[in-house]
Formats: sequence, C-alpha cells, structure tokens
Amino acid sequence: MLSGILVFNQKGENLIFRAFRSDCRPRLADIFRIQVIANPQVRSPILTLGSTTFSHVKHENIYLVAVTKSNANAALVFEFLYRLILLGKSYFGKFDEEAVKNNFVLIYELLDEILDFGYPQNTDPDTLKMYITTEGVKSAIANSPTDSSRITQQATGALSWRRSDIKYRKNEAFVDVIEDVNLLMSATGTVLRADVNGQIVMRAYLTGTPECKFGLNDRLLLDTGDSPGANGGRGSGGISGNKKTTRAAAGSVTLEDCQFHQCVKLGRFDADRIISFVPPDGEFELMRYRATENVNLPFKVHPIVREIGTTKVEYSVAIKANYSSKLFATNVVVRIPTPLNTAKTTERTSQGRAKYEPEQNNIVWKIPRFSGQSEYVLNAEATLTSMTHQKAWSRPPLSLSFSILMFTSSGLLVRYLKVFEKGNYSSVKWVRYMTRAGSYEIRPALRF
Amino acid sequence: MSSGGDAKLFARGKVAELRQELNSGGKKDKNYSAKKIALKKIVANMTMSNNDMVALFPDVIDCMNLPSLEIKKMCFLFLVNYSRMKPEVAMKALPILVDDMEDTNPLVRALALRTISYVHVREFVEATFQPLKRLMQDNDAYVRKTAAFCVAKLYEHDKKTVENSDLIDRLNRMLKDDNPTVVSSVLASLCDIWGRSESISLTIDYVSASKLVSILPDCSEWGQSYILEALMSYVPQDTAEALLLAERVAPRLSHSNSAVVLTSCRVILYLMNYIADEKHITSLCRKLSPPLVTLLSKPPEVQYLALRNAILILQKRPEVLRNDIRVFFCNYNDPIYVKVTKLELMFMLTTKDNISVVLAELREYATEIDVHFVRKAVRAIGKLAVKIESAAKQCIDTLLELVDAKIPYIVQEATVVIRNIFRKYPNQYESIISHVIRNIDDLDEPEAKAAVIWIIGQYADRIDNSDGLLQDYLATFHDETVEVQLALLTATVKLFIQRPTKGQQLVPQVLKWCTEETDDPDLRDRGYMYWRLLSTDPATAKQVVMGQKPPITAESEKLDPRTLEELCLNVGTLATVYLKPIHQVFRAARPRRLQHSPALQRLQVEDGTASMLEYNPPTANMASASTSNSGLATIITTGNPISPVNAPPAPTFPVGPSATGTAAGADAVNAADNYFNGIGSQQMASMDLGGRGNGAGSGGAPQSQFVVTQNQQQGYQPQYAGGAATGELLLL
Repeated sequence: MLSGILVFNQKGENLIFRAFRSDCRPRLADIFRIQVIANPQVRSPILTLGSTTFSHVKHENIYLVAVTKSNANAALVFEFLYRLILLGKSYFGKFDEEAVKNNFVLIYELLDEILDFGYPQNTDPDTLKMYITTEGVKSAIANSPTDSSRITQQATGALSWRRSDIKYRKNEAFVDVIEDVNLLMSATGTVLRADVNGQIVMRAYLTGTPECKFGLNDRLLLDTGDSPGANGGRGSGGISGNKKTTRAAAGSVTLEDCQFHQCVKLGRFDADRIISFVPPDGEFELMRYRATENVNLPFKVHPIVREIGTTKVEYSVAIKANYSSKLFATNVVVRIPTPLNTAKTTERTSQGRAKYEPEQNNIVWKIPRFSGQSEYVLNAEATLTSMTHQKAWSRPPLSLSFSILMFTSSGLLVRYLKVFEKGNYSSVKWVRYMTRAGSYEIRPALRF
Repeated sequence: MSSGGDAKLFARGKVAELRQELNSGGKKDKNYSAKKIALKKIVANMTMSNNDMVALFPDVIDCMNLPSLEIKKMCFLFLVNYSRMKPEVAMKALPILVDDMEDTNPLVRALALRTISYVHVREFVEATFQPLKRLMQDNDAYVRKTAAFCVAKLYEHDKKTVENSDLIDRLNRMLKDDNPTVVSSVLASLCDIWGRSESISLTIDYVSASKLVSILPDCSEWGQSYILEALMSYVPQDTAEALLLAERVAPRLSHSNSAVVLTSCRVILYLMNYIADEKHITSLCRKLSPPLVTLLSKPPEVQYLALRNAILILQKRPEVLRNDIRVFFCNYNDPIYVKVTKLELMFMLTTKDNISVVLAELREYATEIDVHFVRKAVRAIGKLAVKIESAAKQCIDTLLELVDAKIPYIVQEATVVIRNIFRKYPNQYESIISHVIRNIDDLDEPEAKAAVIWIIGQYADRIDNSDGLLQDYLATFHDETVEVQLALLTATVKLFIQRPTKGQQLVPQVLKWCTEETDDPDLRDRGYMYWRLLSTDPATAKQVVMGQKPPITAESEKLDPRTLEELCLNVGTLATVYLKPIHQVFRAARPRRLQHSPALQRLQVEDGTASMLEYNPPTANMASASTSNSGLATIITTGNPISPVNAPPAPTFPVGPSATGTAAGADAVNAADNYFNGIGSQQMASMDLGGRGNGAGSGGAPQSQFVVTQNQQQGYQPQYAGGAATGELLLL
C-alpha cells in the first residue's frame, strides 16, 4: 500500500512529507519535483520510476502525491487522494496552498490517523472531527478515557459514519436531485451522445438512528414483475427499445447504473431495488446514477460559422429553450470559440450580453434568465489578423453552461422518503430538482 | 488545538533559536503555547528536510511527557522521522512509549503502538513484541485493529523474528474477532505479509470466504477493499460455490468508491474462471459493464484507470461493454491521457456496424490541436481499414480527405498507415497511389519517408517516374536515417527487378554505398545479400524480393494469454495502467496465477503447464487449512524461509532491456538508478538493523530499473513500425 503522502505547491515546494514505510525516502520529493512538476512533458497522473510509483492529483494550486512501491491498488490510491481533498475541504473550507500551510500540523495529525502503515483507515469527517480538532472545529466531547471509548467505538463500528447521540428539535431532511446533462452534437445536428449523470445529495437533520427508505420512479422498481431474472436487475441490454419508450411515456425512467454512499444497504438494493440506509448527519451524497435513454435536452443550439477568406469569420448562433414555459434557466452562458488570430469582434444579440474574451479565444454570450420555449439569436463577426504562417484552426465545439430548477433531464422523480426511528417522531422532507450542463458541446456547422 | 493560522511558522529556522524557544516559557506558560509554536516550527523545518533539526532530538524528547496530546503527537512525528539518524538518542523515548501502551485511554494506547512500530530501530522493534501480544486482545476494537496492522509493520522491520514468534498465528486467530473493522484490518495485514515473502501462502476456504462476504456491508469502504483483495486467495473447489460467491459480491459494484468497484470486478472476473455455466458467465459479464462506464463520470485519473481496465477486461471477456460505443467518445476537455485511452478502446469496439459513426468521430479528432492525439486518430483510421475489410474503402476515403488538408503531420501519419493498407490489401486501391505521391515533398519524418519509399518500390512498375522519385531521395542518401536507407535499398532493388532498364544505373550505386560506405551492420548485410542474390540468380531474386508477404493484422498489440491471465488477477492495480507483464514493471511484486482446482475451467490452455508447476499443489494448502480450522483464513509459514528447498521456484520472465524501449528511456533509467542506489548506500549504514544487511529498501536492490511512463508506453515508436520489412507491427 502507500509508502508516503506528499503535498507540493506549484513552485515545487514540499509542504507535507509523511512517510509510512521505511522505503519512502526524503529524496523522493526531489525526484517528483524534477520528474513531474518541472517536466512539462509529463501528461499522465501516474509515473513509475524504478520500483517507485508516483500517483498525483492536482487540486487548486497544490499537488497531492501518493508514493507506492510495487503493484499497488491504483483505484484505492486515487480514491484516497480525493478523499483527502474532501476531508481538507470539510476541515478548512478550501484545500489549497494557503490552507495547507496554515494547518500543516493538523494535516500531519490527520494523516497519522487516516493512514496506518499506508492503509487507509476511517476517513469519515464526522468521526474524525470528534477527536482531531481545530479551533474552527471544536470537539463536542473532551478526551477522557470514557469519551475516548465512545470515539473508538464510532471509528470502528458498523455505523462509523453516524454518532448515536444526535438530537434535533425539528426533524428535517432535504433531498437535492442534481443532474448534469451531457451532450455532444455533430455539425450536422445529429446527437452523437446524450446522457445524464445524476447525483442525489441529502441533508439529514434527524434525531437518533433513523432508518430511511427512498423511492424513485425507476422503471425496474416500478415494474418488478418484468425484471429479467433474479440476477439480471441491472443489465438492461436485453430489453427492446420499444418497451423502453412506452415506459418513459408512462412516467418512469431507466437508470443505466447507480452507485451508492457507503451507508446504503447494497444487498437489499440488489435483491429488491429498495434504497434503504441510516444516513450520516448533515450533508452527504446518497447516490449517483446514469441515464442514457429519453434524455430531455433543455436547449437546442444551431450554430453556423462562415469563414470568409482568411480575414473574417461570421457566426450565427440560435438557441432555443426546450422546457416548459413555466420554468426558466439561470446563468446561461454560451462559449463560441474564435480563431487564435482574432483581432477584434462585433456582436449583436436578441437577449443577454456577448463579449469577446481574448485570453480564452471565446465570444462569451451570457443570458441571466432564459424562460422556457423562448428562442434567442446571436450574430457575430471576428476580424482576423493576417499571419505569415497559415496554420489550420481546430474549430473547437461551442459549449453551454446553465442551470434549471425543478427540471430533470432524465425525468427522474423522487416518489417517497420514509423515515423510521424508534422515537417515532414525524419529520419534514423537502425535495429539489436541478439540471445543469455537464459537458454540453455542439460542433459548429461550417459554410464556405 | 491547531490554530489554523500557522503559515507564518512555515519558515526555515535555526537550531539555536528554536531550542531557546522550546525551552522558554517556563512556569508562566500554562498551556505550553510557546512550546507548541516552537514544535510547529520544528515540524515545518522537518518537512523542508532541514536536517539540522536532528540536533534538537533531546529537547523534543523532553517535551514528550507534557500533558498535551497535541505536543505528544508532534514529538512522536519527530521521533518517527529522525530515529534512524540518531538511534541512541531515540532510545530515551522508548520508556515513554512503552508506558503509553498501558494508558487507560484507548486512543493513547493505539497512538503509542502505532508510533513505536514505525520506528526502524532494533530496540524499538524488540520492545514492541510483548506489549503487542497483549494489545492484540485489548478490549477496545480500535486498539485491536491498530495491533493488527502492527504485525505487518514489524514484519517489514524484521521478517525473521516475526516468523519465529507466534505473532502470525495470533493474527490469524484475530480473524474470529466480532468487529468487522478488526477483521478487515487483519486481512489487510495478512495480505501485506503475503506480498513480502515467497515462503508464506494464504489460503481461504469456502466457509471463511462466505463469512467474509457477509461482513462486507458492515465495513468501511477501505475495509471492503481489503476483504475483496483477500478473497483473491480463495480457490473455489466447486463451480456452484464460485457462482454463489460472485453473485454475493456483485452488489458491491454499486458502491461509490471506485476501489471497491474495481476490486469487486477483479474478484468476479477471477471467480468466473471457476464457473462452468456459460449462461451465468454472460449474466455476470453483463453486470460488469454499467459500473465500468459509470466510473467515467469520476475524476479523470479514475476514468483513466477504468478505461485501461476496460481495455484489459475486453480482451478477456469480449462480451463486456457490448453497449454503445458512444460513451467512449472523447470530450473536448478530457485530459490527453484519457483521450488517447478512449481512442484505443474505440478502436477495439469498432465493428462493421458502427464504423461510420466512428470514422466521423475520428475525422473530427484529426482537426484538434494536440499533435500527439491527432496522429493517434489518423493512425486509428488506418488501423480500422486493416481490421475491418469491408470498411477499408471508407477508411481510405477519410484518410485522403485528411491528407488534402495538407497539414504536415497528418500527411506523414496518413502516409504511414496507407503503406500498411497496401500491405494488407496488395494490388487493391492502387488508384490512391498518385494521391499519396503528390505530397511527397511534405514528408520529413523518417517513418513517413520510409513508408512512401516502400510504396514506390512495391509499385515501381505502376508509377511512371518511380526512378526519378527514388533518385531524388538517393541524392541525400548519406544524410538519411538507417530506417530510410534500408527502405531505399530495398526499393531500388525492387525497381531494378520490375523495370531493369530504369533501375540498372541506380542499383550498383546503392549497393556500393551500402556495402562500402556505411557503419550500420544491418544495412551492410542487407546490401550484400541483395548483391549476391542479384549476381547469382536474378529469377530467385525476383521471387524473394517481390514474393508474397505474410499478412498483417491490426490486433498485434493484444496481450499474450499468460500476461492477460496475470493482469486479470490484478484488475485495478497500477500494472493495468501499463498493461505489461507485471514483472517487467514491478520486479518485487509477488506473482499471482490461477490456482488449480477441480472447478477450474481451462478452455484456452496455451501454456498451462508452466503455471501448474510453479505452485504448491492445492491439496497441501487444503490440508493445512483443515489442521488449523480455528481461523477464518490461514497463513502458513513453510519452514525456514531462507532455505531454498521449500520456497517455490521463482518464475523467471525474459526481461531484456530491449523490452522496454528507447534510448531516451535508458538514460532516464540510469539516472533513476543512480538516484536510488545513492540513497540506498548513504543511508543504509546508519539504519542497518543488526544482522539484516539487505533490509533497508527494496529500491536499492541490484536489479536494473525500468522507466515506464504513460507517454513512452503508448508513445510514438518508429523503431517497431518502421522499415518495409517490419510492417507487421501496427501501433495505434
């Protein structure tokens, strides 16, 4: 497993160096600095030199590096590095060079706790905050032996993510369904790829040890009689396309795949698709899912690019909102790439503002509020400087970002959230839906 | 505890000043805040590898017993860091640690145990044994799981003493612990020990494996990974058992932690080797696809890993990932390492049904900015032409379209792949020759030049001015690389054979250059060979030079069955990124092979004998498992570990320097060698544990080092693809 964890800033200064095995020598910091930070040709996150492997992740302005010897479990290494980032964010708000420098002693303390001999241990922020504390994060209990036993029980228990003594006067649970819709549309207007990456984030403020049951309008859940065999719950490969569309019309969605938080009882989901769990306190990501069928694309974009000689490019971009007129999207931003040798641009829009951002080589068109079913147009012109060496322009795709409340591209709905607790209290539940642009790209149609 | 505003303490300090600060405060300093600040500065200097700090060792030890856990932790960190440099000073800390291991607070006990076992000094290691035995039975689970890892730590320090003690047996017994975290820690520890010694084997029977699977839901995500990894040591004796276990592991594929997902994939793929029924295999394969695709919504590093593993799994089980190829299309903003891997996967998944979509997509990639990626896209188009015969025409048209854009590196790459297309489909598509020749002046890379020269030579009778074209190249013969010279030599001979009148002037000249004016032995040999051939028997010469060439395929980068089997037992590990025999990259890794059992399905026994011989017969393992039926799993130490009699013969892999590649790589290897060897020899003296001279680091072992970077691994390798004679190897 891991031999050491190193943190560097962009200049290559070593901010944290913690060895967990005697084969992690101080000189390895120099090797990483020379071979990776100072070497612009390195493009892979994994570098093996001799018997030493450096796996790194860049976050904000720091490099987080795991040193391993031999053939380590790479998935575990990267999951751990990303967990470290999460933990840093949870403790310090932001995990960047400043935060690391301001808390380096605490980070050493955390590393000693969450890794033993290079094997990841309990990394749940809630448990860790019970006994590894800053002034910003005060422990609820003092470190006397009896209290310590409670901590150790928590850290090694089956419900390591939840303390047992949580109390709320008002019991509430908030569910956010957040979908990132991805689109790749060809120049001819055919959809090359459209899918949804969904995530369900829950904020649970519930007393005691509540058992939650969560239901979606998932096709396989609604229609258990039709599931293909006892063990074929997830593979939707064998079902004909026709059936799928009728189901969607009937108000259910097909989830290609789901992944759940540690707290969800996976065995139960596999057997009867019931999402059952004891939630951690506060905010956590309950599940992620993927949907690829009947994706509702919130925006249709028709970009036309005309290259006039070698000195001018004309753009005409029309964008139409495809959702109900009762809804509206906010912060709609369309990025229209321009050639690298653009000298100046002029833009006209029927809504919002457009501006040329030379450092990004983009015309950025912002529409703060975009109501459903409306359609807006941008016309722009880029004047190019002449170049001695005519290099082909790669014509990157247009990209969109936006967010729409109370709309899911997949059509997913939360059907119920039930909370069972021995205190038998009543609880209030809230559900919110949001769809954002993931990678929403449209390749421009070229006219000459 | 920590104030959160420590950045100002992160600065280089002098020993004298820090010592003074550490000893200041006195009685007034009730909360020891002055000491805390001084210690923080020392920790910062330690990070900056300011080794002067070691002079403060005695002062730091003096602080160790102050009643503040924060101070204690900083002192311990210092101790772990510097104890090897000053073992005699470190000794003073030993009583404090031993004392702490009896503290009433479980957190303190665990901290002391964790710390003492990090210290690579003989006295510390020896002092750990007795307390460890007690703490392995501590009533607090947190202490017990720390104790479990401690055994593996001691094993790293001192193999022999651990093997001679009963620690491993005790560890084994801890598998019966009713706390799942402890059990998973014990398994991690056992597997760690297993990986370090050929003399130890790990055996898990069905009942134990089944028990382990049942506690999976109660473990942390990391604990689940450890258990899943340990399940690889279970050898199913019965196909129904394998199936049942695979189906019980399958729900883990929905976990949000990719380590759990990929390790579950590994276990399921492994168990499939023991499942007889094809229907069940298909159903399990179907379960593997969605989670692999879902990993593509994770951070790019995890995506990369998932994609590399998809390439691997696809070769073993082609029925996985039968779904839409479009999920592997590149996003514009994907990092290059993700894009290139997606490209490779796209190539593998392309069939004659989806080739149109793929070609349109590849054409799009060929207009991007990253030269490396564009070249790969162009190369992929050419490879598809070779792979899918019915679509060859379509691929060629796409290539020609790209060539017309006249971007130099695209033209060169296209020329190379078109050469391969001619190789695959001789005497077809000749109409495009003129198209290729038209761009001859744009070619400046050896590989592209060699390709076009090959085409000229091969079709010398159909290209009107073939002699003129060759003559142009021959004018600069001496400035060309050997690759181009070889191509020129062969092409000139081909010209002479096909059109003797046009070639008769050129041939003697070229043969003279190649035999008399070159230092390259290959060139000279080939020159002499042609010379003798032409001078003795022109008819045979024609047969040889213009003869039928062996067909080429686009699948040449497929892994050989042995490597494939080995890598499939290591899904999710670093080796799957490199997709090379594990011993080429990780010399120290203990090999894993499919173990024989009555349930093992060996349909494609290609080199089965080798893998059968290397291992202890499974019956022996089972016997020993039944003798110590107390534990869940059994770890067996076979006799004296040093005696070579009991140790299974280490498998040897033919690893020559030629296997890893380029000269640039070799330089880096040497540099790395110097680095590691230097480190080894400098530090070994000061931290040698008595009687264990070779112990300090696996890095310093006298084995040659290999550099395998992603770039090189997939890089542009003209030495393989180059030359008319070696056109068999097509690289994406």
